[in-house]
Amino acid sequence: MTKISKVTTARSQGRFDHLAYVLRENPITMLAFVMFGLIILSAIFGPALVPYDPLETNAVKVLQPPSWDHWFGTDNVGRDVFSRVITATRLDLSISVAAVALSFVVGSVLGSIAGYWGGWLDSVLNRFFDTIMAFPLFVLAMGIVAALGNTIENIIYATAIINVPFYARLVRAEVNIRRDAGFVRAAKLVGNSNIRVLALHIFPNALPPMMVQVSLNLGWAILNAAGLSFIGLGVRPPTPEWGIMVAEGANFIVSGEWWMAVFPGLWLMIAVFTFNLLGDGLRDIVDPRKRT
Amino acid sequence: MAALKYPRLRAVSLRVAQSVPVVIGVVIISFILTRALPGDPAVYFAGAAADEASIQEIRVSLGLDKPLIQQFFIYVGDLLHGDLGQSISSGQPVVKDLANRLPASLELTLTALILSCGIAIPLGVLAATRPGSWIDHMCRVLVTAGVSLPTFFTGIILIYMFYYLLGIAPPPIGRLDFIYLDPDRVTGFYLIDAALMPDWDTWRGAAKQLVLPAITLALFTLAPIARMTRAAMLTALSSDFIRTARAAGLSNRKILYGYAFRNALLPIITTLGMVFSFALGANVLVEKVFAWPGIGSYAVEALVVSDYAAVQGFVLAMALLFVALNLAIDLLYTVIDPRIGFAAK
Repeated sequence: MTKISKVTTARSQGRFDHLAYVLRENPITMLAFVMFGLIILSAIFGPALVPYDPLETNAVKVLQPPSWDHWFGTDNVGRDVFSRVITATRLDLSISVAAVALSFVVGSVLGSIAGYWGGWLDSVLNRFFDTIMAFPLFVLAMGIVAALGNTIENIIYATAIINVPFYARLVRAEVNIRRDAGFVRAAKLVGNSNIRVLALHIFPNALPPMMVQVSLNLGWAILNAAGLSFIGLGVRPPTPEWGIMVAEGANFIVSGEWWMAVFPGLWLMIAVFTFNLLGDGLRDIVDPRKRT
Repeated sequence: MAALKYPRLRAVSLRVAQSVPVVIGVVIISFILTRALPGDPAVYFAGAAADEASIQEIRVSLGLDKPLIQQFFIYVGDLLHGDLGQSISSGQPVVKDLANRLPASLELTLTALILSCGIAIPLGVLAATRPGSWIDHMCRVLVTAGVSLPTFFTGIILIYMFYYLLGIAPPPIGRLDFIYLDPDRVTGFYLIDAALMPDWDTWRGAAKQLVLPAITLALFTLAPIARMTRAAMLTALSSDFIRTARAAGLSNRKILYGYAFRNALLPIITTLGMVFSFALGANVLVEKVFAWPGIGSYAVEALVVSDYAAVQGFVLAMALLFVALNLAIDLLYTVIDPRIGFAAK
């Protein structure tokens, strides 16, 4: 265990050294970063690079097992599973990134308000978050999508709503312990407004733990969205999406056509696994004491 | 005075009282969900061929013309009578449907939780007592992989392996194969009902159907429990009282199970609350994969045909179930931890 130098002049240098150290010590985190890069690349360039049109059906090549022409085989209407799996990355990633970004923003604002001003606002918000957490979260997401209507946007809203309490509570705790800190008083004394102190002086302190939360949350958001589309909410066929592809493939698994369900499921798993590893790795970088 | 005499009773009633605002919040949210139907609920319930007059009629009969506050009290009144509305697809009251199907879900969830606790807690304890050993590494891999596994995917893989390839599991067609008759309904739990009859053939048949979905759900809940057990045991083992116990020459066994594990049990039980939340959600997916006739697959079927009363009834029922489970866990907490509420004993 090395100690990171806390000397402010060498702060950025120390941070970089620590990052390099953690990556060297923990090849799994390194692997997670590489996999994360690959996922991002396939989300951006995948749809342009795939060998077949993900929506093009081919009645001659139905339910073919994996081969050189079709790496992941073909599905029941002859579409290339590999092309569909890669194309789906963009949609799955967009849903979860949008949902997590939304809950990040809303959670930050509500948590900052609750933590900084306290009082009745704090109690009301806390009660509200408690109530959301009192639902089994996946079930609440189902209810929200059922109530708002069965669209992709509503999947995003539902996933965002069930995640807001986690962010809000984190920010509230981080803001609350600093509301009377010396640097906050100093900032107020020189004439900064409450909002300015909150946004520019206190809130940035909450960012490192928030980043860890974001990374862990992304994996969970992908699982959640794929689960919702697995039971027929949000994304509709023939749009390529991992959850719905697994659901379609599930009908063929009992007769032995495994590739239709296994490859999208595997990709989903790899994506979630990457974000979880990344979250654990980020936590090591941000807060070495919490290593388990 | 009574409160002072019975500290345990006081702790318990305080905890029960704490869950009241949560229940009120849950009811408010589910009311908002029922009123947030896409478009006008009256137009939806009137059907496609309705004209302006009949829509207005439905609006009055549903009480939608009244102010929202009044609607809320009507809703709460209906809930108190156990009225969650009619299911369009089955034509039955939603409460009746849910009550019929709840035992199937509970049987599956409870079996899975017992299974995963039975594996995860010993695994976590072993990993904590032998840090750095292969069992510790296995625990670590299992924990990270476990939370990344989509439940519906694990279920499908298990079906492929054990039903299609190996042929040792029954087909995923629900709680009981067609060759068996349903056991007489006493509790609704097939395993218990069949054992009560006693009809061991049916019992084996039901158990066979239960194994794969229960394992699927257990694999999903294994990770958080194992992770927490390991962390809690590590904390307990490094604390001062364990050092003292070791110095006093107590046996390893006594230290591990008598002192460390008992203290580690508290955070583990707290995690169980979170695990329940995941398990109840994952239950929906597992039920869909295995065609398990529980309330989860009921809600999925209702979603497909836009049967909103059934879906909202399901969401509310799940939330109340979860609140009750959390309450039970906290009460268990007061039983296990002698420091809570037993101070005057």
